[in-house]
Amino acid sequence: MAGPVVEALHLTKHFPVRGGFLARETAVVRAVDEVSFSIEPGRTLGLVGESGCGKTTTAKLVLLLEQPTAGMIRFEGRDLQTLDRTMLHGYRRSVQAVFQDPFASLNPRMRVDQIIAEPLVTHERLGSGEVAKRVARLLELVGLPDRSADLFPHEFSGGQRQRIAIARSLALSPKLVVLDEPVSALDVSIRAQILNLLRDLQAQLGLSYLFIAHDLAAVAHMSHTIAVMYLGRIVEIGDAATVAATPKHPYTQALFSAALPSHPGEKREEIILAGEVPSPLAPPAGCRFHPRCPHAMERCGREEPTLLREAGRLVACHLYEGVIPARS
Amino acid sequence: MKLLELRHLSTHYVSARGARVTRAVDDVSLTVGEGETLGIVGESGSGKTTLALSLLRLLPPAARIVSGEIWFEGEDLLTKSHREMRRVRGKRIAMILQDPLASLNPLFTVGDQVAEPLRVHEGASRGSAWARARELLRAVRIAAPETRVREYPHQLSGGMRQRIVGAIAISCGPRLLIADEPTTSLDLTIQAQYLQLLRDLQRDRGLSMIFITHNLGIVARMCDHVAVMYAGRLVEAGPVARIFSSAAHPYTQALLESIPRMADGRKRLTAIDGQPPDPVALPPGCAFHPRCPKVLDRCRKEAPPEVRVAASHTSRCWLAS
Ligand SMILES: Nc1ncnc2c1ncn2[C@@H]1O[C@H](COP(=O)(O)OP(=O)(O)OP(=O)(O)O)[C@@H](O)[C@H]1O
Ligand SMILES: Nc1ncnc2c1ncn2[C@@H]1O[C@H](COP(=O)(O)OP(=O)(O)OP(=O)(O)O)[C@@H](O)[C@H]1O
Ligand code: SF4
Ligand code: SF4
Ligand SMILES: [Mg+2]
Ligand SMILES: [Mg+2]
Repeated sequence: MAGPVVEALHLTKHFPVRGGFLARETAVVRAVDEVSFSIEPGRTLGLVGESGCGKTTTAKLVLLLEQPTAGMIRFEGRDLQTLDRTMLHGYRRSVQAVFQDPFASLNPRMRVDQIIAEPLVTHERLGSGEVAKRVARLLELVGLPDRSADLFPHEFSGGQRQRIAIARSLALSPKLVVLDEPVSALDVSIRAQILNLLRDLQAQLGLSYLFIAHDLAAVAHMSHTIAVMYLGRIVEIGDAATVAATPKHPYTQALFSAALPSHPGEKREEIILAGEVPSPLAPPAGCRFHPRCPHAMERCGREEPTLLREAGRLVACHLYEGVIPARS
Repeated sequence: MKLLELRHLSTHYVSARGARVTRAVDDVSLTVGEGETLGIVGESGSGKTTLALSLLRLLPPAARIVSGEIWFEGEDLLTKSHREMRRVRGKRIAMILQDPLASLNPLFTVGDQVAEPLRVHEGASRGSAWARARELLRAVRIAAPETRVREYPHQLSGGMRQRIVGAIAISCGPRLLIADEPTTSLDLTIQAQYLQLLRDLQRDRGLSMIFITHNLGIVARMCDHVAVMYAGRLVEAGPVARIFSSAAHPYTQALLESIPRMADGRKRLTAIDGQPPDPVALPPGCAFHPRCPKVLDRCRKEAPPEVRVAASHTSRCWLAS
C-alpha cells in the first residue's frame, strides 16, 4: 500500500494576541499544539472537539492558509519545507476545501459554470470547449442537472449550493479534501444526501478527507480514524469504530456520552462534566482537562500526559500509564 | 389533565397588499398535559417558531391567526386582551429563545434582569427580588451567584447566558415553558449540562414543556410526546417511544432513517430525495408528495386528513386512512 497522502508532525500554531490590562502585553493562544496525524489514500480522518479546540486552525494549516509556528507537514512523504515552487504548487492543487456555509463561500455574481471552472482556468490553460466538458462532468458527479451551469448561486437551495462547492473543490482532481462542517448549515432532510454524495465520491475517485463536524454520529459514519482534540491537543486518536464504541480518554468518554441518542430506548451512561472549557490563553497546567476531569489525580495538575498506545489507539491520560517513568 | 390544547390553529403571513400568503401554520391541533414534555420537530421553515409565537400572541405584524382556538388552563387565549396576555406571558407561560444574547439586555446587570419579572408581575421590592434572583441563579447552577448578579451579559460564556435566560423564564413559576432551539449554539458537553438542568427544573417544579427542535436526538432524550411538522402542517404526533419504533408517516419514517447512528458505523444512509418545499408555492395535495417514496395518485390532488392510527397517535397520510 502507498504511504499517507498527508502527514502532520508536531504541528503547532500559536496566535499572539493582546492581553492583560496593558495593550502592550502580549499573550499567546495555543490554538494547535503538537498535533500529529496521517491520512492515507481513500481514507477519512474525522476531527472532533468542542468550539475553539483548534479544528479549523488545523485545517487551515493543512491548506497552507496559516503558517505553522512549529512542526511540519509531509505530502506523500516529503516535508513541504523542502519542496520547490512547482512541487508546492502541486500540493496546493492536491488539497482542496469545502466549508460550512455554502451561502458565503460562492461568489454571488458568478454563474455556476464560472465558479466551478475558476480553478481550472487559473491552474490549467484549457480551451473553452474542454472547460465546458469538465464542468459538465463535475456537475454530473455531484448530481446537479446540466442546466445549472448558467444559473447564479442564489437560484439554488442550501443543499444544491453545497453540491456546487463540492464540484468546485474537485475541479483540479485533488487527493485530499478538507471538509469543515460541510453539512451543519443544511436542513436535516438534506444532510444524508450530501454525506452519501461525499462517500460515493470518495469510493469513485479514491479521495482522502479531513472531516470536521460537531455531530459525532456523522463523524463516526464518515471516518476511518477519529482524532479528539481538547484545547489544541489531540487527547485520543484511533480507529473510528473503536473510539466511538469504547472511548478511553475521560474527555472522549464525556463527549461521546453527551452525544444525543438516536432512539429513546438507547441507554448510555451520562457523564455530565462540571464547568466549561478554560481559555486557550491560559490552558491549565499539567493535563489540560484536569479541572473538569472526573478521574483527576494529584499528578494530573503537574504533568502533562503524552499520547501512548492503549487498547488499540493512542490516548494521552495518566490513567493508562501503568508504570510512572523515572525522572532524572 | 390537559394544560394546553390547540384546536385547528392556522397562522398566515400576508405580504404588503396581500400579494403573497404563507400558510406558516395550517390547521394544527395538539395537546400538552400537566408535567409533560412535547417535542415539536421539523425542518427550517416548517412553522415551529410561528406556532410558538402564536401561542404567546407575540407574532410579527405581518402574521394573522386566521382560525382556531388556544385553550390554556381552561381559557381561550385568543379571546384575551393584550393586557391580559402580558400577564399570561412571563408569569404562566415562559419562553426561551435560541439566541440568549437576543433575550438579554446588554445594558443591565444579570441581577436586574432576573429580578425584573418578579417586580413587574409580583410587585416584589428591589431587595427581595434580588434575593430571589440569587436563588434562581443557584437553581440554574451558576457558581458564585453573589458576584454574578452584578455582572453584565458580555462577561458570561454562552452556556451561562443560556442558563440566565432559563432563570428569567422560571422566575415567576410558570406552568408551561416553551424552549425554541435552546441549545443549538451550545457545545456538546455544555448542551448536556443544560438539558439536564431543564429536566431537573421540570421535575422539581412540575412544569410542562414544549421543546422546539430540528434534532430528533433531543426529542429522544427529553420528550414524552412528539409532533412532527412539515410545511406548516402537523403530519404526525404521538408518544416518543412509539414514533421512534413505529412511525406511521412516510416523512417521519424517512427522517428517522436518514440520521447517522453511532452504532451503525459506516453503513450507508437512506437519504430523502428532493428538498423542502417553497412555503409560498406549496405542492398541491399532500405537501410531501414530490419527495414521498410511497406516493399514491390521490396524494397529488387531495390533502390527506389527520387520522388516528393508535391511542394518541395521529398521522396525516392517505396510507393511514
Ligand atoms: N487568527 C486568529 N487569531 C487569534 N486567535 C485565533 C485565530 N484563529 C483562531 N484563533 C483561536 O484559536 C483557537 C482555535 O480556533 P479554531 O477556529 O481552530 O477552533 P475550532 O475547533 O474550529 O472551533 P469551532 O468548533 O468553533 O469552529 C480559538 O481559541 C480561537 O479563538
Ligand atoms: N415575519 C415573517 N414574514 C413573512 N414570512 C415569515 C415571517 N416569519 C416566518 N415566515 C415564514 O413562515 C414560515 C415558517 O417560519 P418559522 O420561522 O415558523 O419556521 P421554523 O420551523 O421555526 O424554522 P427554523 O427551524 O428555521 O427556525 C417560513 O416559510 C417563513 O419563511
Ligand atoms: S491525565 Fe488525569 S486529568 Fe487528564 S484526563 Fe487523565 S485522569 Fe483526567
Ligand atoms: S399522503 Fe401520500 S404523499 Fe403524503 S405522505 Fe402519505 S403516501 Fe406520501
Ligand atoms: Mg471551526
Ligand atoms: Mg424557528
